[in-house]
Amino acid sequence: MKHEPEKIRESIGIVFQELTLDRDMTVKEILEYHGRLYSMSKAERQERIEELVSLVELEGKKDTLTRHLSGGMKRRLEIARGLMTQPKVLFLDEPTIGLDPQTRIRIWDYLRDINHQGTTIFLTTHYMDEADQLSDRISIIDHGKIVITGRSWELKNTLGQDLIYLETSDNWEAAELLKDLDSVKGIREKTKGIVVMVNVDGTYLLPEVMDRLRSRGIKIKAVNLKKPSMDDVFVHYTGRELRDSGAEKGAVVIPRSRGR
Amino acid sequence: MHTGFLTIYWRDMLRFIRFRALLFSSLIQPALWLAFFGIAMSNNFERLTATMPVVPGVKTVGYLTFIGAGVIAMTTLFTSLFGGTVLLFDKNWGLMRETFSSPLPRIHVIIGIGLSGMTKSFIQAAVIMVFGLLLGVEFFGGYDPVQILYSLAGIIVFVGTFSLGFLFLSAAIAITMESPEGMQAVITLLTMPFFFTSNALYPVDSFPPVLRALSTINPLTHLVNGIRYFAIGSDFSAIGIRYTYTQGEILASYIALLAFAGIMFIIARWRFSKVTVT
Repeated sequence: MKHEPEKIRESIGIVFQELTLDRDMTVKEILEYHGRLYSMSKAERQERIEELVSLVELEGKKDTLTRHLSGGMKRRLEIARGLMTQPKVLFLDEPTIGLDPQTRIRIWDYLRDINHQGTTIFLTTHYMDEADQLSDRISIIDHGKIVITGRSWELKNTLGQDLIYLETSDNWEAAELLKDLDSVKGIREKTKGIVVMVNVDGTYLLPEVMDRLRSRGIKIKAVNLKKPSMDDVFVHYTGRELRDSGAEKGAVVIPRSRGR
Repeated sequence: MHTGFLTIYWRDMLRFIRFRALLFSSLIQPALWLAFFGIAMSNNFERLTATMPVVPGVKTVGYLTFIGAGVIAMTTLFTSLFGGTVLLFDKNWGLMRETFSSPLPRIHVIIGIGLSGMTKSFIQAAVIMVFGLLLGVEFFGGYDPVQILYSLAGIIVFVGTFSLGFLFLSAAIAITMESPEGMQAVITLLTMPFFFTSNALYPVDSFPPVLRALSTINPLTHLVNGIRYFAIGSDFSAIGIRYTYTQGEILASYIALLAFAGIMFIIARWRFSKVTVT
């Protein structure tokens, strides 16, 4: 692999985090330029451009300068460009950052289509719902290292089946009382309360937990029961502190592969 | 043969034509030089040299004709030195990443930019020549059509080689620099010595020895020699000085330009291999 960088470059597509479109070229020219860089033949280029502008729904904008496109359209064009050479692997660096919800959903749809057609996609994102919805496999990166990899449900299950959030008169005491229960997998402290990670169906466990606390004279101020989300998973593995001093904030890499 | 440089060429020309303001200013500016500076200076020089004896049997040309070649050379110098700026913008705006992450060898970027800059220089030289002829520049005086074609070919070869050399230099600077302001400063600084130690606007015969030495290694002087040889002739007098060029001298001038372009190409290739685009 190391000895043939050119070969690798031919088989990957990249969509960068910042927009990298020449403002003074039209949609068609952007794709044309990219195709030419990768030595595609004229006929191939024309065919592929038609396919891609219809995939990302920019048919009406083919001869529009990219400076006149909206943010979402630019992103769609960049994704189309990344696919121009029919790469085996497509890398996307935070492709939906700063886009409105409709456009995000649209882009997700394209990515699913592309993936179904056999392209492996690596996508980095800070949006956990994006990771959750799109990925076959998710890796969480902290300080530049992968801390855990797995399917979405596998990662969530590492936090337990359910999460019970409690605010009590004595959080520390409550944690001590609950940590010995068989069904409790772990307890995390939050600013005002505690989160109890449980292995069993929380709806049935919750009354038992509350009885136990009350019997020891601990007052319960607030209770919440929820399924762990990717956000919980992310925070669990990367901690709560802000990462401004670190090299890179904890990001998520999502390798998806299909049929290969 | 890999024709990737044509892709770079295509894109650069596309933008040249698209930026109307840039296109027009680059065509009008040299014409204005000739119109204002040329005519103003030419009247002065005519008066100053009116009393000088005319060399018998030698074609005498006016100052406007004398600097016609100089203005072509000077415009080619400026355009070519600034021709690489596009690379700096591409680098700063992240556009270079697309190109550099593709399988296209980097050397093609250098060649592509060189060729597109050369094309721009040809267009400008043509505009100056046509405009100059209208203003009264006596190029190709007494030439038959075959001689004119031969002379045009000669000028094209000289202008092309010269402009490639400076485009490679410009590309090397652009890929090394971080800011457009810095690049502007470096290039402005560079144009000064090239411009003023050349024979583009005035004769170098009365220069002090150091300046004369500089002028003989200055590519601009060699370009001007070439253009004058082809456009005016091998033996003429202007502003009271007789100019003679032998074929050997012109060949030497061309070899000097070729060597310059070659060295600049090597430097550009070296700079391009060092750069990491982020």
